Amino acid sequence: MELVLDIISWIFLVTGCFFCLTGAVGLLRFPDFFSRIHAASITDTLGAGLILIGLMFQSGGWGLVMPKLVLILLFSLLASTTASHAIAKAALKSGLKPEVSSADEPSEGESSSKL
Amino acid sequence: MSDLFAVVMLSGIYSLISASLFLDLDAVDVAFTEASVGAGISTLLMLASLKLVSRYQKKTRYKPILAFFVVVTTGAMLIYGTLDMPHFGTADAPVHTHVAPRYLNESMGEIGVPNVVTSVLASYRGYDTLGETLVIFTAGIGVMALLMVSKQTKQESKKLIPADMQQQIILRIVAKMMIPLILMFALYVQFHGDYGPGGGFQAGVIFAAGIILYTMLFGLSTSQEVFKATTIELFTAAGVLLYGGVGVVCMLLGGNFLDYDFLKHDPVHGQHLGILLVELGVGITVASVMMIIFFKFTWRTVKHKYKK
Repeated sequence: MELVLDIISWIFLVTGCFFCLTGAVGLLRFPDFFSRIHAASITDTLGAGLILIGLMFQSGGWGLVMPKLVLILLFSLLASTTASHAIAKAALKSGLKPEVSSADEPSEGESSSKL
Repeated sequence: MSDLFAVVMLSGIYSLISASLFLDLDAVDVAFTEASVGAGISTLLMLASLKLVSRYQKKTRYKPILAFFVVVTTGAMLIYGTLDMPHFGTADAPVHTHVAPRYLNESMGEIGVPNVVTSVLASYRGYDTLGETLVIFTAGIGVMALLMVSKQTKQESKKLIPADMQQQIILRIVAKMMIPLILMFALYVQFHGDYGPGGGFQAGVIFAAGIILYTMLFGLSTSQEVFKATTIELFTAAGVLLYGGVGVVCMLLGGNFLDYDFLKHDPVHGQHLGILLVELGVGITVASVMMIIFFKFTWRTVKHKYKK
């Protein structure tokens, strides 16, 4: 039983760490602000969330630690997503436009030919 | 760096990092204070004051060579001063030989509070904490005196002034869910300070942060229906009075100033009661001073906006 819990817990922990890592890479490598904030919020939600779930399996039963971890998870899911939303909205409102790649953007010639 | 917004953010990050350093050094109470006061409320208050002044620093016309010289000299002297200090973690440093062992060994028997930090802060070092509370009280009075609100503005305040973030539905809904929890957590920190990390300072700051969040999202006039300016001003003084009053009661009952042993027949029970009341006083003062500072800043902004 202990072994099974340990394995599940480590799967969650390692996946969480992986998402933290991808979030960090994305934060450095993505081209514009909005895709970067997307990467950063993945670190907060998926990364930290999965690590917290992994820790819940390690906490050893329904003690005092488990509810605290659940509360931290709920709080971080609520707060960090809202914060990312607010930051992105503030950026949009102050005039920062998302960068669209040239393949997605219909250029003048194409749009007129399709029409 | 002339972008003051970035400066404020960097100082917040610095506070948060130093909070985790304190946590690493096992100073949980200090880390908690640093995170809530340094990273939390002071960043918030600095942002509120940035709203009053402009975001970018004015260009200076002179080169501040003298100021640079003063800073460098003072820094060098401070570093030179640390050379005389005992090495970090030495067993025979004054910190470890003077009063600390006595506090750690006797606290449980004399005061009976599991969290030694609280017993040192509120009982052994009660005078110092009274001084700190008075400092915060004075800061509140200073802001009140500098940013006086005229009678006319008070009349205008009767009208409902919409908040800047009236349109932010997601923020408003999430905040509505969180604010009761924040206030409850503040009370938990306040009354659980004897047993775990926490106490009046952190609790007051967290409580004020909840109210400030509400004010930002739902408007100043809505939140001032509950927290009227005059009431908070009274509470600022009431907290300090409660603290000092406990001390005076101790004197009347035959002890020294802030000697809680005399509050009840049993010294340990007296200490418990004294610490609880004193921490409550600290919490009330800190919370109301923080709210007053934020409200005054916001008034100033609103006044500028609606005068035009």
